[in-house]
Amino acid sequence: MADSDGRQVDSINHSTGKICKELTKEEKQRLRKEKKQHKKNKKDDRGPPEKEKEKEKASVLAPSKPATQSPAHKAAPVPVNASASESPVAAEKPAKSKAEQRAERRARQDTERASKQGKKEGGQQSASSKPKATPNELQPVVKRLPEHIQVDDPAALKKLAKKLERQQVRQINIVPLRSDYGYKVSLFSHLHQYSRKNPPTQQISIPATVIHPSIVRLGLQYSQGIIAGSNARSVALLHAFKQVIQDYSTPPNEELSRDLVNKLSPYISFLSQCRPLSASMGNAIKHIKKEISNIPSQCKEEEAKRRLQECIDSYINEKIILASEAISKYAIEKISDGDVILVYGCSSLVNHILCEAFEKQRKFRVIVVDSRPRLEGREALRRLVKKGIRCTYVLISALSYILPEVSKVFLGAHALLANGYVMSRVGTSQIALVAKAYNVPVLVCCETYKFCERVQTDSFVSNELDDPDDLIVTRNGKTHLENWQTVKSLGLLNLVYDVTPPDFVDLVITDLGMIPCTSVPVVLRVKNVDQ
Amino acid sequence: MELQAVLMAAGGGSRMMDLTYNTPKPLLPVGNRPLIWYPLNLLERVGFEEVIVITTKEVQKALSTDQRLKTDVKMRLDVVCIQEETDMGTADALRHIQQKIKTDILVVSCDLITDVALHEVVDLFRAHNATLSMLMSKVHEFTETVPGQKGKKKAGEQRDFVGMDVTGKRLLFMANEADLEEGLVLRKSIMHKHPRMLIKTGLLDAHLYCLKRSVVDFLVHNKSVTSIRGELVPYLVRKQFSKSLNSKNRMFGVHNKCTSKDEALLQLARERSCWNDHRGDMSEAYHGGKLRCYVHIMEEGMCYRVNMLAAYIEANRVVPKLFEDPPIHPTAVVSERSLVGSDSIIGPFCQISGKTSIKRSNVGTSSTIKEKVKITNSIIMNGVTIEEGCNIQGSVICNNAVIGRGADMKYCLVGSGQRIEPEGENDVVQRSAGYTTRTKTHTLQFCSSAVFVLNPAFCVCVCVHSHAHVCLFVCVILCVYVRFNVLIAY
Repeated sequence: MADSDGRQVDSINHSTGKICKELTKEEKQRLRKEKKQHKKNKKDDRGPPEKEKEKEKASVLAPSKPATQSPAHKAAPVPVNASASESPVAAEKPAKSKAEQRAERRARQDTERASKQGKKEGGQQSASSKPKATPNELQPVVKRLPEHIQVDDPAALKKLAKKLERQQVRQINIVPLRSDYGYKVSLFSHLHQYSRKNPPTQQISIPATVIHPSIVRLGLQYSQGIIAGSNARSVALLHAFKQVIQDYSTPPNEELSRDLVNKLSPYISFLSQCRPLSASMGNAIKHIKKEISNIPSQCKEEEAKRRLQECIDSYINEKIILASEAISKYAIEKISDGDVILVYGCSSLVNHILCEAFEKQRKFRVIVVDSRPRLEGREALRRLVKKGIRCTYVLISALSYILPEVSKVFLGAHALLANGYVMSRVGTSQIALVAKAYNVPVLVCCETYKFCERVQTDSFVSNELDDPDDLIVTRNGKTHLENWQTVKSLGLLNLVYDVTPPDFVDLVITDLGMIPCTSVPVVLRVKNVDQ
Repeated sequence: MELQAVLMAAGGGSRMMDLTYNTPKPLLPVGNRPLIWYPLNLLERVGFEEVIVITTKEVQKALSTDQRLKTDVKMRLDVVCIQEETDMGTADALRHIQQKIKTDILVVSCDLITDVALHEVVDLFRAHNATLSMLMSKVHEFTETVPGQKGKKKAGEQRDFVGMDVTGKRLLFMANEADLEEGLVLRKSIMHKHPRMLIKTGLLDAHLYCLKRSVVDFLVHNKSVTSIRGELVPYLVRKQFSKSLNSKNRMFGVHNKCTSKDEALLQLARERSCWNDHRGDMSEAYHGGKLRCYVHIMEEGMCYRVNMLAAYIEANRVVPKLFEDPPIHPTAVVSERSLVGSDSIIGPFCQISGKTSIKRSNVGTSSTIKEKVKITNSIIMNGVTIEEGCNIQGSVICNNAVIGRGADMKYCLVGSGQRIEPEGENDVVQRSAGYTTRTKTHTLQFCSSAVFVLNPAFCVCVCVHSHAHVCLFVCVILCVYVRFNVLIAY
């Protein structure tokens, strides 16, 4: 998924006419092939001029890998490209012909590739090609569904096993496949459900040589929940990458820019086996990979490593630390004296905002809402009370009781999706819904690096299942659910995330300013154009 | 590299002098393999490719010549010799090899036989960035009769008091009974931070430690610490809650390779993370402490420390069942008219003559057993010759001993290289270093059989029984009491 997005970015560069820093070997080969094809199919030139605009759009979609096709993900690129295509078309009229030619060449290649694929998976293609008929008949858009939401599809599982096998070093499987645990509720059987009692390190050798030790440590900390929270996970990931880069040495006859990316791939697979990657982590990884591949080949290894370390430091500084400063500044404007602010769970950003506001002598009190089984609100409560803020603590079941007192709701986000939906800890959408019913303003605080190009309208399609044994509680020495697996009709479901529709969110405070929820795609577009 | 393995094989086996006065402890055969093979096998199974072995010259020679060790162990062994005369403690040994240690270390003792999932111990070490992570298991009651023991078990054995927090992973308190004068003294600071503490006494320390690199540096600076188990571990456990912020304390928390920027990043990640290891007070995760000690307690599975005769015998019983080796080694010559039980193992190059019966016993390498010999419940080591007509029961016969014709031995221990005269009536004979002691046998025999019969279900009774002085009267009463119990149970 990250790869295809990355390629998309590159292709947008192409269509806007910016000169790429280097034409890689693949590009050169492709150009040569295109020239040959162009000579063969000169008569097709008449067709394209009508579908110029659509080709522009489609050319953006084309370079994504033509693997299995899935209609669901087509929706994601379309709104982005709808907006993306306007700027390139407006920007250069004279370059249109060249771009158009390139587009049609790519279209032809894709149809060939697609037809080859079609021979293997004929049924799928016909099904997905129908919704794609509208933008362009010659461009079957191919976006792969990520593996972690296709657990009940045996073909996808086989593919994952093969992928992990391919990442072999000296004929040893680097990343062991972690097996699912317990009965999964049927509505969520397409997601992984791991148990904390089967750690991912069971099959990894003890002096971790094949996977870097700091990555193993990180994976363990993720799976045990020691590092939880979107920002914390990203920072820890980047820290581990810094260690990896520090200890990396280029093998002979290899280029750092390509080899390091290949080295990182099995590590990322391992981490996603420990705990599915978050949107913020995905964006950070994309950024790092881009930086690595942009290192010029004549750069010395020490220099390259130093540059990468600096780049990681500046990413964290800009996107996390300074962003939270900026967001607090905006948010403090929204907090007035006498406010009663409701927060849910433990969001590092919201806690930071409230602490800053308290330091700036704003008079307010906070109501912390908490929910089982994580009970993260206790940690938020501790931090706020330590600062000196007056707090009340309730469980989410008392929400409608406490809401008449509340003047504002501040929520943190795990990710902001491209259609304006807010993905956050499970329970957030409930809070937003009830707050809307009571006409209490809901403000979501989110840094821009958590903005994701995915589109989701419900919490079922892509989510995370936590360890079901967390739901079991022991009171007075009795554990009633101890043998829940033996009861056939019982399933324990421990969801981690849910999505809140933009109608319930009044304002999103980002480091770029205060924007409505529906402006997220604009921000994404601006970000992509910058890159 | 993440971890380096260090195997401590220089110990003298001071609690088993009868067995070890001639053979070094790491080379004692257990299940027909030298004792040192077991920890090496454990390390190899989990994926170590290199081990630093600290041992004496004799053991080093054996490591390079012994068949079993050379062929089975595929790791690279970096053997460091120390003189036997210098009374080196385990911490001294670490100081000795300080130059070789470049990363965190995993210290294993040579007498550990276990099938623990080692990743449990190491995961605690990794996940919590701990300074010390160790393995403990529940103490097994030894059920076999030990030859030479006069019925009073564990006279000198001292209990360990281990204090853990609610999760059962974090080590809060560790002391040996010998160090405590009148009572347990707990610091208030510990109780403030961890109001609920579990104190256990029935735990056996497996002598398997994961230590940070900075601990080795600490040892280099503090030459007074000699033993890991006796001094270093209690010191580290105490130091977790020490308020002193001097450089010593800070040394433990700092990663060697970390720059200040990386430390700052880690600190940032921890601040942003919404996790805490405890709840109920206002402090952050780990109470802001940099030094942390963790313990993994094995609930089930096998874990033996072969440092006493009873443990040695128990290990010999249990270990052969684990491996799929054929009970009778292919090179052993076993006559057809002999009867070798299914729970016995015969080592390579043995010669078992006809009409012998071997039950529940281990026979070592190159031993010769002549006709009409009956061996039950015994351990015969390497190179032993047993002449015709012997009857050996519940005994341990060490290397190169010769048992004369017609000897009848019950619960005996024959030292290395000893000779037993033919036609000897030996009930409880302890022969070592050339002198013999005979003890009153009758009461002991009766009690031993009582133990054997009652043992499977009534361990408590056995405990009570073994601590009390042996007395016929008591035994009889106890038997009656226990039979009564049996009736109730059914």
